[in-house]
Amino acid sequence: MKSDFKESISKAVNNTILTGALGKFSEAYKVNRAKAYEGIDFEALRQNIADRKAYAATHIDLLAAAFKIKAEAAGAKVYLADSPEKVKEYILKVARDNNVKTVVKSKSMASEEIHLNKFLEENGMSVRETDLGEWIIQLAGQRPSHMVMPAIHMTKEEVSELFSKAVGERLSTDIPRLVEVARKELRSKFLEADMGISGGNLAVAETGSIVLVTNEGNARMVTTLPKVHVALVGIEKFVEKFEDIVPVLEALPRSATAQLLTSYVSIITGATENTDGSMKDLHIVLMDNRRTEMSKDTKFVQAMQCIRCGSCLNVCPIYRLVGGHVFGSVYTGGIGTILTAWFEQLQNSEDIQGLCIQCGNCKDICPGMLDIPDMIMEIRRRLAVEKGQSFVQKAIFTVVNNRKLFHTMLRAASVAGTPFTSGAFIRHLPFFLSDLTEGRSLPAIAAEPFRDTFKKIKQPKLKEKVAFYAGCLIDFAYPEMGVSLVKILNKAGIEVIFPEDQTCCGAPARYNGAYEVAANNATDNINALLKEDVDYIVSACPTCTVALDHEFISTFTSLGQTEMLPKAKILAAKTIDFSTLVKKLVDEGRLTPTQGRKLGSITYHDSCHLKRTLKVSDEPRELLQKVGYELTEMFECDTCCGMGGSYSIKLPEISGPILQRKLTNIKSTGAAIVAMDCPGCVMQIRGGMDQDGAKIKVMHTVELLAEQLLSDK
Amino acid sequence: MMYEQFKIRAEGVGSEVYRFQTKAEALDFIIPFLQKEGVTDAPHGYALWAEGPFLNGIDRTPLHNAVPGLKFKVSRQLAADCLVGISEVGYALTDTGSLVTDQTAVEQRLVSTLAVIHIALIGTDKILNGKMDVFKIINPGNSKYIAFITGPSRTADIERVLTIGVHGPKRLVIIFVDDMGGAN
Repeated sequence: MKSDFKESISKAVNNTILTGALGKFSEAYKVNRAKAYEGIDFEALRQNIADRKAYAATHIDLLAAAFKIKAEAAGAKVYLADSPEKVKEYILKVARDNNVKTVVKSKSMASEEIHLNKFLEENGMSVRETDLGEWIIQLAGQRPSHMVMPAIHMTKEEVSELFSKAVGERLSTDIPRLVEVARKELRSKFLEADMGISGGNLAVAETGSIVLVTNEGNARMVTTLPKVHVALVGIEKFVEKFEDIVPVLEALPRSATAQLLTSYVSIITGATENTDGSMKDLHIVLMDNRRTEMSKDTKFVQAMQCIRCGSCLNVCPIYRLVGGHVFGSVYTGGIGTILTAWFEQLQNSEDIQGLCIQCGNCKDICPGMLDIPDMIMEIRRRLAVEKGQSFVQKAIFTVVNNRKLFHTMLRAASVAGTPFTSGAFIRHLPFFLSDLTEGRSLPAIAAEPFRDTFKKIKQPKLKEKVAFYAGCLIDFAYPEMGVSLVKILNKAGIEVIFPEDQTCCGAPARYNGAYEVAANNATDNINALLKEDVDYIVSACPTCTVALDHEFISTFTSLGQTEMLPKAKILAAKTIDFSTLVKKLVDEGRLTPTQGRKLGSITYHDSCHLKRTLKVSDEPRELLQKVGYELTEMFECDTCCGMGGSYSIKLPEISGPILQRKLTNIKSTGAAIVAMDCPGCVMQIRGGMDQDGAKIKVMHTVELLAEQLLSDK
Repeated sequence: MMYEQFKIRAEGVGSEVYRFQTKAEALDFIIPFLQKEGVTDAPHGYALWAEGPFLNGIDRTPLHNAVPGLKFKVSRQLAADCLVGISEVGYALTDTGSLVTDQTAVEQRLVSTLAVIHIALIGTDKILNGKMDVFKIINPGNSKYIAFITGPSRTADIERVLTIGVHGPKRLVIIFVDDMGGAN
C-alpha cells in the first residue's frame, strides 16, 4: 500500500466530524431501510431485478438497437459512444450547434465519471450542478464522496462558508435557510440555461424511455426549461420492458434513502414541446466506457445489475469509518472499487481493494444481487497475477504452501513466543503476525498444538464417525476448543477422527489474491479429509467451514482447474459447522441439556462468514439458551469485529476502531460473557477485551456448551 | 378505504390531503385557500391554473374576481413568478401516496414544478393500489412525460437533515373530488 493512501486513511479515521456523521447515518439507515421494506419480500424483489438486469446485461446490442429506434421515432436523437472522449465530443458539438453558453445539470454519475463539467468549462461554457449535494461539491471543487449523497462528508458550517462565498453574503448555518439560498440562486440558472444535462436511472428498450428518479425537483426543471436536453446514460441502465421499471422503482428509493418512493419520478419518451412551442432538442447519449467488455466477463457481468442505490456504502463498516474520498475516484465504496477497476483501470483499484474486509454486509442487502466481496476478491486475484505479490507476502505463502514447514514454524513460534507471554497473551507474536498492534493482545501459540493433544484424548470406540477440521487457530492457538468439541461429540455417541495431513484452509492466501497457493491448500485438504469415509467433516471455525463448503470450489473454478472439482463438491456436501451439528444432535435427542439452569446474561457476536455465507445465526443462540444462558442482544450484533484475518495486520488503523465499536456494543449489554463461533473473532475480541481491561469473558460457543453439556448427567 | 390508505401514506410524506363531494365544494375550499395564502396579481403572487377537465363548465370570471391573481393562461414567465400552481392529475397510488400523471403538455409541468404551492386535483375514483396497476394503464407511446409526484420537493443533502422545498414546490395540496362531472 502506498504511504499517501495510508495517510489519507489515518486522516479520515481521525476526522471525528466525518466518522461521527457517517456513523450516525449508518445506524439510522439500517433502521429506516428495514422499515421501508416492511411488507415486501426483499429476496423475491431482488431476484426479480437481478433477472431482468442480467437479461439486459447479456443483450446490450439488441436493447441498444431497439432503444434507438423507439426513442428516435419519438423525436429523440440517440448516440452510442464507446469512449468518454466520444461522449464529450458529441455533447460539445450539440452545445456548439445550439450556441449554448450556460448549462444546468441534474445529478449524473456518468458525467462525473468522464469529468464532463471540467471539459465543458474548458470549452467556455458555464456549467451549474443543481442537485444540492452536487452543487455543494462543485463549489468546493471536490469529488462526490457517495453516489447518492455526494456531500455527506460536509458539515453545515462548511456549506455555509461555500454558499456565503457563492452569493457574496454572510450566511448563517441554519440548514433550511441554506436550502432556501440554493433555491433562489439556482432558480434563475434553471430559467436562463440554454442546455440541460441529466443522467438516467433506467433506459427502457421496448419504449425508448428514460427514467429519472429524484427528490429535489431539479431534474424536472433541467428536462423542461432549457430548449436542449442531453441525457447521459451508462448502458448498464438498460432494461428490456416498460414493466421492468416497476421492481427497480420498488427497490431503488427504499435501498438508497429508505424512502417508499422519491418525490419525483419522470418517465420521458422522446421530445416534448418547449415553453415557446418549439420541440425539445433531446439527445440521449448511451455511454459504454468498458461496460460491454465488463458484461462479457463472467465474473463481472453481475456488476451490470447495479441500480446505483449506494446501499453497499451505507452498510459497509469500513466506509462509515473512512468515507468516500479515501477511495480517490468518482465511484466510492465496494461498488466503487469495482467500477474504478473497470472504468479507469485495474491498477487504480490496487490500494482501495484492500479496504474490503470481506464481511459480506453489502452482499446481503444489494437489490441487484451483486456479490461485491467476491468481485473484489477477483480483482485481488487479477492484481496478484498481474503484479505479482510483495516479497514478504510471497515468503509467507511459500511457507503456508508447505504444510510441514508451516507447522514446524508454528511449533517453533510456541517456544520462541514464551518469553513474551504475559498471562494468556503476548504482546508480539513472532513470524508473520509480528507487526501487531495497538488495542489488542494476541494469544500465545499453544505449548502443544491440538494435533498432539488429540492423540492423548481417550475416545470410546464408536460406530459413527466425523472428521474434525481444526484450522490453524484452533490447532495452534486454541487447542482447548478442539478438545471441547471432541468431548461433546463423544457424549452424543460420535467418535472424532483428526486427519493428520490437514493443513491451512487457504483463506489467508485466497484473501490476498494468491489463488494458486489456495488451490494447493485445497487439494491437500481434500485428499486428507476424504481419506476416511465419515458422515460429516465438522469445523468450529466459520472461515475454514466456508473454505471447505464454498471456496475450494470457487478457487478451482476461478483458476480453470477442473480436476479436483468433483472431490471438492463431495467435501462441501459433508462439511458442517459446529453449532449446526450440535443443534441437530440436540434436536434428535442425542444431547440433552439439563433444564432450569440459570447461568446469567450472555451476548452473542455473529461472525461474518457464519451469518452471511453459511446463514447460521439462530443455532448457537438456541443452544446457549438451552443450556441456561439468558441472551441479551447487543447493538449491531452481526457487524464485523475488524479481524478479517490479515486485514487487522495490514490496516490496523481501520481494524482498531471497528474493534473498539464492537467492544463498546458488547459492554453496553451488561452481559458477563460474549459468545461467538469463530476463533478468529475470539482472538480479536478477547485481545481487545484484555487491553480494555473489562471483565467480560470472551468465549467460543464450543467452550461454553462443553462446560454445561459435559457436566450434565 | 382506498382514500384513507392513500391519505395516510401521502400525509406521511408531507402532502396535505382533502376530499370534497363536488367541484363546487372543492372551489369553496380552493378560493379562500388562495386568498389566505396571499395570492395577488403581481410577480411572485400569481396563482396559475392549467387546463383540465375540472374547469369544464365552470365560469371562470367569478373565480378571477374573487382572486385577482388567479390566471388560467399558463406561460413560462407567469409560472416563474407564481406562488400557487393548480393542475389535474391522473392517478393516486395507495402504496406510496404518489400521484401519477401525464405531463406531456409543458403547462402541466410548469405549474407543478415552479410554484411554491402545488394544488393537485383528482377524481376520488382514480385511486389505484400501486405501481403494478398504474403501469398497466399508462402508456409511454401516448404520454411522453409521465410524472410521479410523491409529496413536496425535499433534500437531505446537508448533514442528512430532511428539508422541504429545495427546487420544486414546498407544499403539495391534493384535493379529491368524488363527482368530477357537472358544473357549478
